[in-house]
Amino acid sequence: MSDFMMFSLVPLAVAVIIGMTCALLGNFLVLRRQSLIGDAISHVALPGIVVSFLLTGALSSLAMMLGAGVSALVTVVLIELVRRFGRVESSAAMGVVFTSLFALGVLLLEWHGATGVHLDVEHALYGNLESLIWFEGTGLAALVDPQALAGLPPQLARAASVGLAVVVFLVMCRRQLILGSFDPDFAASVRARPALVDLLLVTMVAVAAIAAFEAVGSIIVIAMFICPAAAARLMTNRLATQIAWSLTFAAVSSVLGYVLAGYGPGWLGFNASVSAAGMIATLSGVILLLACLFGPERHRSGAAREA
Amino acid sequence: MDTWWRALTFTLGYNTSLVTLGAMLLAAGAGMIGTFVLLRKRALVSDAISHATLPGLTLAFIIIGLLQGDGRWLPGLLIGAALSAALGLWLVQVISARTRLGEDAAIGAVLSSFFAFGVVLITVIQSMNVTGQSGLTGYLVGATAGMLSSEAKLIALCSLGVLAAVFVMRREFLLVCFDADFARTQGINTWRVDLALLMLLMAVVVIGLKVTGLILIVALTIIPPVAARFWTDHPMAMVALAAFLGALSGYFGVTLSSVGEGLPTGPLIVLAAFVLFLGSFLFSPRRGVLASLLAHQRFRRRVHLRQGLLSLSRDEPIFDGLTLTLLKRAGYIRRDGVATAAGQAAARDAEHEERLWALYRERYPDDALHREHAGLTPIAQVLSPDAVMTLETQLLLRTEARP
Repeated sequence: MSDFMMFSLVPLAVAVIIGMTCALLGNFLVLRRQSLIGDAISHVALPGIVVSFLLTGALSSLAMMLGAGVSALVTVVLIELVRRFGRVESSAAMGVVFTSLFALGVLLLEWHGATGVHLDVEHALYGNLESLIWFEGTGLAALVDPQALAGLPPQLARAASVGLAVVVFLVMCRRQLILGSFDPDFAASVRARPALVDLLLVTMVAVAAIAAFEAVGSIIVIAMFICPAAAARLMTNRLATQIAWSLTFAAVSSVLGYVLAGYGPGWLGFNASVSAAGMIATLSGVILLLACLFGPERHRSGAAREA
Repeated sequence: MDTWWRALTFTLGYNTSLVTLGAMLLAAGAGMIGTFVLLRKRALVSDAISHATLPGLTLAFIIIGLLQGDGRWLPGLLIGAALSAALGLWLVQVISARTRLGEDAAIGAVLSSFFAFGVVLITVIQSMNVTGQSGLTGYLVGATAGMLSSEAKLIALCSLGVLAAVFVMRREFLLVCFDADFARTQGINTWRVDLALLMLLMAVVVIGLKVTGLILIVALTIIPPVAARFWTDHPMAMVALAAFLGALSGYFGVTLSSVGEGLPTGPLIVLAAFVLFLGSFLFSPRRGVLASLLAHQRFRRRVHLRQGLLSLSRDEPIFDGLTLTLLKRAGYIRRDGVATAAGQAAARDAEHEERLWALYRERYPDDALHREHAGLTPIAQVLSPDAVMTLETQLLLRTEARP
């Protein structure tokens, strides 16, 4: 039990919170057919972090988050510039911008890697979910002990506050968001400010991606933005129900993925564990696959239903 | 600097030259196939393909490693990568065709979950007792430094094959990219052509794994075609130009990376491509930002000059600074704002021109709609002499009827 408290409780909580946060935002990304903006933003977090490290010379969380946030905004602006002024199709514009920025990040990293810095591409991709250890968590009593609670890894508090911010944003802007997702022209005509809400949504995506990035790496972020929401989309035609489904899927894949990664190899007789972040993202993909095969609303509306 | 020069002139050694050539061929092939994919508006499909190679790559590594102790055997790894990429590609197709999800969601879902599974397998490899594990990370961001000459030859040969295939299939690709329905009426199986297109794209991605790494190969299929689009409106010219720009970025990228120890090839190739893109974006005479800005300025001047002349002919005061400057520069007004003889003549002409256009818009509103932006060009250049004659007569009659 104390093992669980010490080693698994915090990573599990962080994974579930981040998974649910990303899934919440993902619902709107999927509805707006902007899923890949999450992909682009989580790729460019790398150059942002590297540049902020080169500027400040230290791996402080605040500077890293700031750097990644700035690079996310720069990316969105650049994509828009290339799309507008170059008259390039939006997905191609996205491809040009995020791959170039990612290349810049890798180059800076490798350049600096020679001087022996703890920062590498793999870490950025897989995250370090397993290293979030709560040393004071020796038993159930620690949950109510303020001294032990103070020893919680800071990532948990950060993930929780970002999750809270996302929920607040969604609750405050729900009307505008929903209108803008389904009918931007109508939204503009009733002064729901679709452009502004769009920008806010992208900003929230960036914030969530960055908070998640630090704790769990970037792949899980992309998976959590898209897979649970896409799977939920195949389950229902109502937005509220869809959000509920996506949260369920995110939570289930986080918990199951973490458990499978930690104990799965042991059940098979291997004395090792695999990447928890990778396993969680894989499971979310499996859930989506199942939804694609069996989801009650998987067909396009209006299309002939196959038997 | 000296090393770079020697690399640029292919005198840095047999292996470097081979790798440079291989990368150039690969990037040229990626540019060609990428052009068709871009025209088909599916640029980011290659992102899904490239990420989907990871599980196949790692599974192949595990199998080869279990069989012979060292997992680094390029052909085997590439076959594994191709198989899982094909599975990913098929899933993207099926999800976007059969379910209500859009292609973007299908791409994102496939790329993230395949890549994640690959990461899980990488952690499995790390706990296994197989040598050559460090070689695997080279596939994430590319590594040509320690490439064997047999590997470089394989890459060059495969790229050549892709180039040839694209060249043979170019007409079908073009037809399907521009008008799939028309292609179907011509007896072309569009589904099969699409499949061939995506298979070639997949081949490029898989071959490129070793050179640029799986995250950055996407860039080679997107950036050169987008850059080429700025220079031409002709599709075949765009294909050729994309191949050329791709080869150029491969050339600069690989040679630059041979300058210093530990300079990664993939990012350098991509950044070279980005610089070429930026140049095209800014300076292309057709669609470049600079050209658009200049055109906008020219247009603005024409509007101001015309408005200034009209004000002159109607004896209205002019306050706008730019208009005054333009009129002065053309010698139409004196420094104190009074019209010169040339200015009065030009103002009369402008007024006449404006009346003709107004009459034309009034008489033939439907035709005028099509020439909405032609109001600044002399009407004689737009309409036939007869039509202008008729308008002149009508204008004359009207002014006489209204003394």
